[in-house]
Amino acid sequence: MRHLKSRSWSAPAAIAALWLASSPLAWAHIESGEAGGFASGFRHPWSGIDHIAAMIAVGLWGAQLGVPAVWLLPVTFPLVMAIGGFLGLVGIPLPGVEIGVGLSALLLGAMVAGEVKPRKLIWPAMLVGVFGLYHGHAHGTELAPGENGLLYSVGFVIATGLLHGCGIGIGLIGRWPTGQKIVRVAGATIAMAGAWFLWAAANPKPIESHVSAAKADAPAPGR
Amino acid sequence: MRAPRQCRKGARLFLVFALGATTTEAHLVTTGLGPVYDGIGHFLLSLDDVLPVVGLALFAGLRGPKAGRLTLLFLPLIWIAGAIAGLANHGQPILGQIFTACSFLVLGILIAADWELPTVVVAALAVLVGGVHGFFNGVAMRGAGLRPALLQLTGIAVMLFILVAVISGFVVSLPRAWMRIVIRVVGSWIAAIGLLSLGWSLRFGQ
Repeated sequence: MRHLKSRSWSAPAAIAALWLASSPLAWAHIESGEAGGFASGFRHPWSGIDHIAAMIAVGLWGAQLGVPAVWLLPVTFPLVMAIGGFLGLVGIPLPGVEIGVGLSALLLGAMVAGEVKPRKLIWPAMLVGVFGLYHGHAHGTELAPGENGLLYSVGFVIATGLLHGCGIGIGLIGRWPTGQKIVRVAGATIAMAGAWFLWAAANPKPIESHVSAAKADAPAPGR
Repeated sequence: MRAPRQCRKGARLFLVFALGATTTEAHLVTTGLGPVYDGIGHFLLSLDDVLPVVGLALFAGLRGPKAGRLTLLFLPLIWIAGAIAGLANHGQPILGQIFTACSFLVLGILIAADWELPTVVVAALAVLVGGVHGFFNGVAMRGAGLRPALLQLTGIAVMLFILVAVISGFVVSLPRAWMRIVIRVVGSWIAAIGLLSLGWSLRFGQ
């Protein structure tokens, strides 16, 4: 038993050591834009709670639907999101992006809360795909020129996949009756957050005035 | 149900590789260990070269041992031939970037769809990927003034051989159906990276 324990710890320790050994030099003050490379790309999907909520909801729903949806949805979302990102990058507009992002959290959360299981797999895939397009477009238009587009893209896609993985991992507790309830409550929470995102997207002015008020309250430089 | 040992090892290696990725230092790697190791170092640090090779090896593995063997034979040879042609020519870097992004996209979609292409087509893909990537490799090496280029190319060919052999062999030997699905998920990620890189190249020209 002790032998097994030490073996199970040695592998992660070796990985951590290898990773530390292969770490690049500190890039103090070099990353000036959103696109500083792998780290910036990896950070980007975690930067907005609306994106995180929707991506975790995709994983949760996939876990509820079981095989093969548990694989299909995380394949569909990053691919269609990349199409949206491509459209955003090349400057093709997509109307109502923020509303689409808010709606995605609302509807996907509602699907999880209601444990909706459509008979044909095409419907969840289409729903997830359409919302992936909005999320990707939102990300694509936010990107600024940086050091390395390829590394940025790698970081971005891996982070997106990991977010789905988090959702699937949490969703697996649905195998137990109590876990099933917890997953549905999580879905309901995401749906409520989605309703708030939607309201915020439909009423941008109060938020802007709130931001400008906060700026006005801030002390002037040098004061 | 636990994944087989080789799968877990592969996953750990991938994690180390992904987390340890640094900025691409294309064609300027000097290890101090001689030109063969410079070539190996250059290849391993150029994600735009490594990723299509990984994608091609995964796809060849999904298509079976014969496709894997043909890729193993053609890819290093054609890569070297392309690089020698590139050493004698000038090329537009932006074209190389667009081709790289497109190769991610195509290979990623083929893997994600688990497209049952004939073995000859897989070999043709290996020739295309090897030829064009090798060509832009050669162009960049000429630009960087690296000499003696032939020894560095030998190092690159060795790495190509090892990478294709290990990855294709790993995929061919996967014992369970769900493991092939994991490979298809990785393929979708490669396609997504390709699409984003393509948009990036078109927008920022880098």
